[in-house]
Amino acid sequence: MITVAAAHKSYGTFKALDDVSLEIPSGSLTALLGPSGSGKSTLLRAIAGLEDLDAGTVMIAGQDVTRLPPQRRGIGFVFQHYAAFKHMSVRDNVAFGLSIRKRPRAEIATRVDELLDVVGLAGFQHRYPAQLSGGQRQRMALARALAVDPQVLLLDEPFGALDAKVRDDLRRWLRRLHDEVHVTTVLVTHDQEEALDVADQIAVLNEGRIEQFGSPEELYERPANPFVMSFLGSVSRLNGEIARPHDLRLIRSRQQAEAEASSAGVRVTDATVERLVRLGFEVRVELRHTSTGEPFFAQLTRTEATALDLQVGDRVWVRPTRTLGSDQAAPVRALPTEEEFPALAV
Amino acid sequence: MTAVVGQGAAGSPAAPARTPQPRSRAGWAGRVNGLTLGVVTLWLSLIVLLPLAALTVASFGDGWSGFWAAVTAPVALAALWTTVLVSAVVAVVNVVVGTLIAWVLVRDEFPGKRFVDALIDLPFALPTIVASIVLLSLYGPNSPIGVELNATRWGLMVALAFVTLPFVVRSVQPVLIEVDRDVEQAAASLGAGNWTTFRRVVLPTLAPAIISGGGLAFARAIGEYGSVVLIGGNIPRETQVASQYIQQQIEIDRPVNAAAVSVALLVISFVTLLVLRWIAARGQEREERAA
Repeated sequence: MITVAAAHKSYGTFKALDDVSLEIPSGSLTALLGPSGSGKSTLLRAIAGLEDLDAGTVMIAGQDVTRLPPQRRGIGFVFQHYAAFKHMSVRDNVAFGLSIRKRPRAEIATRVDELLDVVGLAGFQHRYPAQLSGGQRQRMALARALAVDPQVLLLDEPFGALDAKVRDDLRRWLRRLHDEVHVTTVLVTHDQEEALDVADQIAVLNEGRIEQFGSPEELYERPANPFVMSFLGSVSRLNGEIARPHDLRLIRSRQQAEAEASSAGVRVTDATVERLVRLGFEVRVELRHTSTGEPFFAQLTRTEATALDLQVGDRVWVRPTRTLGSDQAAPVRALPTEEEFPALAV
Repeated sequence: MTAVVGQGAAGSPAAPARTPQPRSRAGWAGRVNGLTLGVVTLWLSLIVLLPLAALTVASFGDGWSGFWAAVTAPVALAALWTTVLVSAVVAVVNVVVGTLIAWVLVRDEFPGKRFVDALIDLPFALPTIVASIVLLSLYGPNSPIGVELNATRWGLMVALAFVTLPFVVRSVQPVLIEVDRDVEQAAASLGAGNWTTFRRVVLPTLAPAIISGGGLAFARAIGEYGSVVLIGGNIPRETQVASQYIQQQIEIDRPVNAAAVSVALLVISFVTLLVLRWIAARGQEREERAA
């Protein structure tokens, strides 16, 4: 378990960490998610000991490591730009931590082979980092970090320098690896999709503070505030409220809309259809608020869109089935049925 | 010049397929190549090769035995030995101190850093005889600090260290600036202490620059005259360096002896440069193999 308590860190007048406390459970894969400058990397580097805190404590597995240098914290760290030892072969890179610990040669060789096998680089022992692709280099860096049996594995935007396809593959691979190795892992990312995809727990940071900490589902379904809601997934704003675009119900008859709204206790918004975009089984309806002229959008399933028979220029009444803070999700929309799936292929 | 040659070389292979008059274009490019090659050859001949050849011929004025006798004369041999020994020590000192200075200039922040940085180049800009006077006024007779190095090998070393200071500093500095700090932090996270990180991660990256800077400092020290002429004392078999011995032989009208020792110096410098090139080529080969 990693415990950070009341951590503060400033660079001049800029507060990188402003009273951050966090408990990361053992064996979990936790993402620190936030925009750039939110303090997520500073928090990770403070856990690693690569950054000193102005105030606060860091505990790893019950031991107070606040004053310990990174060498003695039992961590593995993976950098965005790999930080490979360029003059060493893949084997020597992975063996580095063990050779510093003066382990017997045979033990090192066995462990390195085992790790290269785990990260899928068996047979690359004698290559140099420059002869590897970005994805391979990062897997080598992971093997190097895992070689010393760290108590915690810390990853700083590990896939940030890779192209989209490799990034997707590598993060699924990381998730499978984590399920095998079970080392407590903390991953820094600014990519909400990445966080939702791999993490058990997500801490959303903004301006040096933790906005919310919880499971991906919790954060998506019950965001604590507008920042978390808009950072994880898209939102539509109407009448000063924010809602997920798929939680907007479009109704063609005003009477029906008002009847539904008054029973649910929400307001109805009068809007005009500006554009219809078909994205596979989803239809994105771009709307404009009739009185304020504000644009927003709603996401419908194909079935719903077909049933509504919307055309550009049509007038509709919109009511959110759920907004931030309201937990009364009324299941008004039907899920697409089996028969409709063939249509998705078109 | 190189741009013109480059254009010609790039144009000629594609030219036959595309342009209506491939021959004349290729011919024009060919003439330019011939001309530049000619100029380069002529210049190198006039400035470097012919004088060196003339020197070598002069050194054999009394035949091979005369050459050998001139080089192995006890005083000549002592001068050559002093030169190589002092230069080697100075090169080693430069490797250590120069790397340290480069490190401080790149990694540390302190008031007056820009001034110190500019100061490094001063030995390059100063006439070497001025360096000699400067050192003599501090370490000479009646030294204000009570350290008299006048006419000792220590004096030679100080003088040569002064003039060769910039070589290692200026070759290591740019490489050190480019060093990725993440790599050192990665080593730290894996348990390496500062010294281990420096030795196993940073030093291998700096090594080519350190070696080439040290080699250049050595080659420069071998041939140095001006800065040692006053503080060295020119005592045969003690502090007389090869360049002073050559000067002395010219003055007493022994041109063959002067030429023979000059050729010996030439060979030492040339071998040093060859070794440097070989090391550089090996480094490049490794990078190419890596790339």
